[in-house]
This record gives sequence, structure tokens and C-alpha cells, in this order.
Amino acid sequence: MNTQTDIAIADRQLGGTLMELRNITLRFGGVEAIKNISFDIREGEIRAIIGPNGAGKSSMLNVISGFYVPQEGEVWFRGERRGPVKPYEVARLGIARTFQNIALFDGMSVLDNIMTGRLHRMKAGFLSQALWWGPAEREEIENRAQVERIIDFLEIQNIRKTPVGRLPYGLKKRVELARALAAEPQLLLLDEPMAGMNVEEKEDMSRFVLDVNDEFGTTIALIEHDMGVVMDLSDRVVVMDYGRKIGDGSPDEVRNNQEVIDAYLGVAHD
Amino acid sequence: MLYREAGDFKTSYRDDGQTFPIRLDRVAYYAVLIVAFLIVPFVINDYWANAVVVPFLIYAIAALGLNILTGYAGQVSLGTGGFMAVGAYAVYKLMTTFPEINIIIHILLAGGITAIVGVLFGLPSLRIKGFYLAVATLAAQFFLVWLFNKVPWFYNYSASGQITAPTRTVFGLAVTGPSTSAAAKYLICLLFVFILAWVARNLTRGTLGRKWMAIRDMDIAAEIIGVNPLSAKLSAFAVSSFFVGVSGALLFSVYLGAAEVGEAFGINKSFLVLFMIIIGGLGSIFGSFAGAAFMVLMPVVLKNLLVGQFGWATDLAAHFELMIVGALIVFFLIAEPHGLARLWALTKEKLRLWPFPH
Repeated sequence: MNTQTDIAIADRQLGGTLMELRNITLRFGGVEAIKNISFDIREGEIRAIIGPNGAGKSSMLNVISGFYVPQEGEVWFRGERRGPVKPYEVARLGIARTFQNIALFDGMSVLDNIMTGRLHRMKAGFLSQALWWGPAEREEIENRAQVERIIDFLEIQNIRKTPVGRLPYGLKKRVELARALAAEPQLLLLDEPMAGMNVEEKEDMSRFVLDVNDEFGTTIALIEHDMGVVMDLSDRVVVMDYGRKIGDGSPDEVRNNQEVIDAYLGVAHD
Repeated sequence: MLYREAGDFKTSYRDDGQTFPIRLDRVAYYAVLIVAFLIVPFVINDYWANAVVVPFLIYAIAALGLNILTGYAGQVSLGTGGFMAVGAYAVYKLMTTFPEINIIIHILLAGGITAIVGVLFGLPSLRIKGFYLAVATLAAQFFLVWLFNKVPWFYNYSASGQITAPTRTVFGLAVTGPSTSAAAKYLICLLFVFILAWVARNLTRGTLGRKWMAIRDMDIAAEIIGVNPLSAKLSAFAVSSFFVGVSGALLFSVYLGAAEVGEAFGINKSFLVLFMIIIGGLGSIFGSFAGAAFMVLMPVVLKNLLVGQFGWATDLAAHFELMIVGALIVFFLIAEPHGLARLWALTKEKLRLWPFPH
């Protein structure tokens, strides 16, 4: 890791707490996927959650996004305790996410896919939509302009009318990021944004993640397996293993944590 | 003026989002409208209206409706015949109870009543998907037909159990009843087709359409994005049933004139409309029309060919017709599983590059 990025990260001003997770425990039947974990996500930071397979990272992300409701513990978002929410209400709270296995709408064009990211902002009534008159058309054009900004930003202008099903994997990942960004979220959750990519695609994606964080000021929480990427991108890292939190701090702190090294290199668990 | 988009630059999002982005398509669309509204009514005769054009228009509405539900929102339905029956019986009750009110309002109200019934039978879709939902809607089909058979109130206690459309006029022109002219039947159906197809296009290209397609393509992701599956699915059932109800109302009042529920709106009708959208193309407005045209025209063409041309006996031709239509459906599905709409899209794509495909 070069020293310049070290300095850049050290210089960054982190804001107040955006989300706080207190003593979260999540069970599926008899299995404890998450055991009494607490950590926070601060405004404007890139927060990584790492850990070996089956550590409970994706479950954690699902708790943050409100898809799973933990049996114990509290989720505080923007200074308020968040009760149980319906999955479709989460977008309105300002949380958007991408998925580990791409979850795009294959039958729709890239443009339509990204437009769906703004669905929760569309207010035109049924009649206006049916007659394509007044609010519906105006709303469509306004939101299209917003979406085009994101298309420019992620450099996917040339494929905007292509059906998503025809795109290669790397571009699909980018379209999915675009869809999440279109929602203009405060908190963006990325579930393995670089899984299955080659080096060049990873570099592109890393640049986009940093740019999103930089230009839009979006807070990002991400899960990633590529340690090089995680250490370069993130401001702070949570390490999980077997549902427990075994490390939390800056990339350097985490890297030198004995428990983390054990989890990754493997020692006998008793 | 060739079929090109080169040089036809769009400078606003409004232009870019229009239905026919290529100029030749737009011109063709307006030409079809002019011919349909201003020329056909003066040349149409009874044979063409009854055998081809009117059923095509009416089934096109039903196909649009089912395509919204199945093609756009991904909810399979085998209850189309039942919902058409709701539209037919609703318009019958309205026509006979309030004879002074305009038939067009009755037909729209019949669509509204069907929409409510459709939402009720759509409720299981919140819990079940795919084949299981198809079976649940099949229950709607059989229940509704049974209901209209068993409860005499629906057919005004008539001795035959049939419903018969009384004469009703629009601007002094009879559109239902025995004295209706071919042109009047044609015009009233065309009017509904034109408006409803336009509404279907508007709904499917905007917010609601994206919600439906998101639910169809990946319901979990749709939910995370902020689509309420309850309202998305039920709105699809409502809109779809409205279309199907209007089509049932027109089929009974304008086309058939008299109907018996089991015969006119049985399970066969559900399959017929389902075949239309599968052959025409799921999730396509054009496909709904193409499928309806195929399923209405094919038997007529075959009959003319076999009986008129080859001089076969009518009953033999009728059986052969069924077999050929079946074989053609199989052939089409193998050759182009995405239907006539995809075939048309591919043709247009080729045409765009013609004569220099490289």
C-alpha cells in the first residue's frame, strides 16, 4: 500500500454516527448467525465488513438493510431507533444496496433498470400515468435527467438501451451500482461488488466506489473478499468470524490483530 | 425515406422516450389510424366484420389485458374467460337496469366491476406464484361460470338461462342488438381498442409498468428497491381485469348479442387468450395485437382454403383446422419462443441495416 493513500485516509474528516448497531443477535432456528455484535457506521466513511466464508457478513448486511430483523439488539439510524421495517420501506429511509448474485431485472433495458432505482420517488397518480399527461410525463423527464447523470458518471452511455440480460458480468455489476445510486441513498450497501471480476474490472469498480463516496458524499458499507481492495478502499474495517466480531478499526489495526490473522490463516477452534 | 434512425437526432428526453422513435414507424402508425377510422367503416361488410375484424378487435383488448398481468407483471392467469364473463354479465345487468344511460358508460363500469373481482381473485398472488397461482385463477374461472349459471338474478330469470343484449344506441346509431350495422360494431370496438391500447402503452412505459416488470423479473430485488409487492400485483390484476372485462362486455353486447356463460366464456376462452399472448409475445403491446390477429385469422384463412379452395367437406375441414392451428402453434413456439413481437423486432433490426448488414 502506498503512503499517499495512507495520508489521504488519515486526513479524511469523518462525520457523526449515521448508523449504530447495538448488541445484535440473529438466529435462524437453532443457528446463531450473528452473536452479540455492536459497531457503528459514520457519515461519509467507507466501512468494510470482512471475514471468512460463513462468518455472517451477508446476514449482517441484511440486518443493516432491514431485510432481517434481529432477535436481540437495536439498530439506530440517523439518531433514531429503527423499528421493524418492511423491505420496501427501506429505500425510502435512504438505504440502497447491491447484491452478491446480481439482482437486476433481465427483461428490462439498462435505462429502465436504473429508473427503477427512483421508483420510490415517483408520485404521479394513476390517471396521470394512464393518460401520460402532466405530472407523469414531467416526472419521467426529471427523473430521466437524474438517471442520465449517473449513466455519465459510471460511463455506461453506450449501453443504455441494451437489455440487461445481454450484458457481460462486469457491466451488470456496474448497472446494479447505478441502480442503487439512482435512489440517491445516504447509506449504500455493497455485497461483494468485485466478486468474480478480473483485475482491470476490479480497478474500475474500486475507482467508482471511491468516486461515489467522494463526489456524492455517500456513506458506503461493503463486504468484500479481496483483501487488497478492502485495505485500500475502506476507512474502517469490521472483521467477523463464526458470527462474532473479532476485530474493528483502521485497515492497519485490523491487519496486525492476532485474532484476525488466526481466523484467516486458520488455527484450531475449540 | 428509408427505415433509418441515422440523422434523426433526439434532442430532448421527451423525444427519446416516444413510442415510435423512428420516423417511418410514426408515419405508418398514423396511416393505420387514418385507414382504420376513416376508410374501413365505409367499406366494411357483414362478413368481414363478423368473421374477422370485430372479433380481432375484441380479443386484442382481452390479450392486452392478460399481457399486462402475465407478460408485464409475471402473474400467470387462467381465469380470463371467467373475468370476461364478469364483464358480460355486468354490462347485461347495467343495460337492463339503467336503460337510459349510455352504453359506453355501462361498458366502462363493467370493466370497473371486473377490476374489483379481479383484485379479489388476485389476492392469492401475494402468497403463491407460477403454476400454483395458475391453479388458483383456474378456480376463479370455474367458480365464476358456475355462479352465473346457478344464480338466476344474473340472467334476469330468463327461461333459457341466456343473456340477450337489447338495442342501445350511441349518437342515434345502434351499436347493440339485432339491427346493428357492421360499421357501427366495428367503430365502437375500434374506439375502445384505440383508447385502451394507448392507455396500456402509457401505463407500461412509466412508473407502474416498471414496478410490474421489476416484480416479474426479480421480486426480492424489486422489494428492496422500494416496490410494494402488494400494490404492484393487485394493481396489475385490477388493470388487467378492467381490460378483460371491457372485452367481455363488448364480446357479449356488440358481437354475440346473446350468450350462455358456459359456452361463451368457458375455459376454452381462457386458453385462447393465453395462446394469443404467448404466440404474439409476452410483455409487448404489439404482440397482443399480433397474437389476437393470428388466432382469429388463422381458422378463417384455413377454412376458406380447405373448403373454398380444395372443396373439402365442412366437418372434415373443421377438424383439420384444429389440428393445423395446433401444429402451427407448436411450430411457432419452437421457431420463435418469444412470439411474433420478437420476430417483428428482429425484422425491423435487419431492415435498419439493410441493404448493408455489415
